[in-house]
Amino acid sequence: MAEQFPHEGEHRPASSEKDLQREVAELQNQSATAARLFDIRRIIGGLFVLYGVIVTIAGLTASDADIDKAVGVNINLWTGLGMLILGLLFLLWLKLRPTEPPEVTEEDVREQK
Amino acid sequence: MRTPTHLAAELRLPTNWLDYTILGIYFVVVLGIGFAARRSVKTSLDFFLSGRSLPAWITGLAFISANLAATEILGMAANSAQYGVYTVHWYWIGAIPAMVFLGLVMMPFYYGSKVRSVPEFLLLRFDKWAHLLSALLFAFAALLIAGVNLYALSIVVEALLGWPKWVAILVAGAFVLGYITLGGLSSAIYNEVLQFFVILAALIPIAALGLKRVGGWDGLTDSLTASHGDNFVTAWGGTGIGSANPLGANWLTIVLGLGFVLSFGYWTTNFAEVQRALSAKNLSAGQRTPLIAAFPKIFIVFLVMIPGLVAAVLVPKIGTSTSGLQYNDAIPYLMQELLPNGVLGIAVTGLLAAFMAGMAANVSSFNTVFTTDIWGRYVVRDREDAYYVRFGRLITVIGVAVSVGTAFLASSFSNIMSYLQTLFSFFNVPMFVVFIVGMFWKRASMKSGFWGLLAGTTAAMVNYFVLYKQDIVGIPTDQGANFVSAIAGFVAGAVVMVAVTLFTAPKPAEELQGLVYGTRSPGMDEPPAKGDDAWYRRPALLGWGAIVLAAACYIPFSI
Repeated sequence: MAEQFPHEGEHRPASSEKDLQREVAELQNQSATAARLFDIRRIIGGLFVLYGVIVTIAGLTASDADIDKAVGVNINLWTGLGMLILGLLFLLWLKLRPTEPPEVTEEDVREQK
Repeated sequence: MRTPTHLAAELRLPTNWLDYTILGIYFVVVLGIGFAARRSVKTSLDFFLSGRSLPAWITGLAFISANLAATEILGMAANSAQYGVYTVHWYWIGAIPAMVFLGLVMMPFYYGSKVRSVPEFLLLRFDKWAHLLSALLFAFAALLIAGVNLYALSIVVEALLGWPKWVAILVAGAFVLGYITLGGLSSAIYNEVLQFFVILAALIPIAALGLKRVGGWDGLTDSLTASHGDNFVTAWGGTGIGSANPLGANWLTIVLGLGFVLSFGYWTTNFAEVQRALSAKNLSAGQRTPLIAAFPKIFIVFLVMIPGLVAAVLVPKIGTSTSGLQYNDAIPYLMQELLPNGVLGIAVTGLLAAFMAGMAANVSSFNTVFTTDIWGRYVVRDREDAYYVRFGRLITVIGVAVSVGTAFLASSFSNIMSYLQTLFSFFNVPMFVVFIVGMFWKRASMKSGFWGLLAGTTAAMVNYFVLYKQDIVGIPTDQGANFVSAIAGFVAGAVVMVAVTLFTAPKPAEELQGLVYGTRSPGMDEPPAKGDDAWYRRPALLGWGAIVLAAACYIPFSI
């Protein structure tokens, strides 16, 4: 993905389009986000499984008053199961399509030396 | 959008330890994301734009979440309780076309030119005056809106949970400060994605139980038709020019004011939104960001509108002093009436998450504009990159402190704050006119950007504060006045740009490469990434699909 921009002249802030594009491209080459940022699917999956379990248990132990309040629906049970399934789907997705290892850039190679 | 300045005190929710456990877990996860994202911040581009490396589904959900702030959720439910099904216009005509336009037409210029912010695009296309003015206007508006968000949060939290206002303001401010200072835009975006799902988990039970309570959709529409008339449950009924309707707007002001000017201004040039698309990993992902966001946007209207309509049935006098309930109370009222502990905790968490994400979107776009467009270009130039990361963290602290201050000020001047918020709802419009003229008319001169922006901003303000507020022209409602102000700002900006262009020099053609429609920039020649040629990832298909779907959604509400 790295564009080839000639590293000519002294470094100065972008006053024209070319300068700015070069500056951003250089920063993008050194960027660490792709390599080091964790996968959010793990967090969403984990949180929703946890919430799902908590709310499902609240549904299983629901009192008649709770059910009457929610127009006769055991809403904790349904919401809890829904959240549990969503959380499991995220974890399943993560398992089926794990985070792709980022392409090794020149910068990484240089850093490892 | 409106600020919930008053929330009835009797809305105190019967929360218990279970609900607070759910809320507590969320706060821990939010900060945990900040700590975990910290190690990914190496350059200023990582801090401000996630290194332009995120996949489209993440930036797309963050794009919709940045818009789905709590003021939007409570405000649109309030709109529905007051105006009925007209609320769909804010979504289907007032969002989808602009989002699709951003993805299909504008993103190639934004993303391909490698700009880091919306003002930076104006620097390339026009000159430093347009750049500086737009950066200052945006930075000021972003902080103010962040403060208003915080203030709105404190009112809701005080009413629902009984926390004093200052506790809510400081707690929410501290958490937003914590996770943005640590992880920069990446942690703001990750939290927005998480918030999107929590909000859905909060709104779906409310809407479902609300509907059941009033006898389903048929029961709902029958009751509303009986109490509010036929037009209340239609999208276009009573919007003929000259006929009166509660919205105070006719089909022409809806289509032009809301659907074109206001919505294109918000969705295509508001940096708090566009920033999410600019952080995508390549041009295709950047284009797909607003397009992926368009699909949830089409359906979210049901989740905010149904609670509003149900509240209008259950509390027929809502919004009047006899009921003690304001329109803004629609969703909190249903939470209190229908949700048992457990789901109630999820709903409270969703509401607080939405407030914090709305504030975080403004803070994370403010620190980017202030650092790269103002500080780094006009005050302290040419320092090493690490300096700008440090400065970005520092300005985040200052920005949050100012927002907290604004929130405290707002509690003594709440009327002024709601005016200002209205004002900023059409603040993006002059920016949009400068963009659209600059992007499609290559003769538009370097100086025309600044003057167009200034004239458009002034015209919109004059229309709202002088002509409307002083009753010089009669517009029945605030919403109607918003639409007219937006149109006035658009027309004034366009006319001044054309006039200035006729007398000043154009920008040299070679400097317009990749910035004006019909030219290409090197960034656009990037080869597509592996898998991006799959049919379901084609921007044109996604975009037109969203338009067709939104148009189809109108059919049952128009006949």
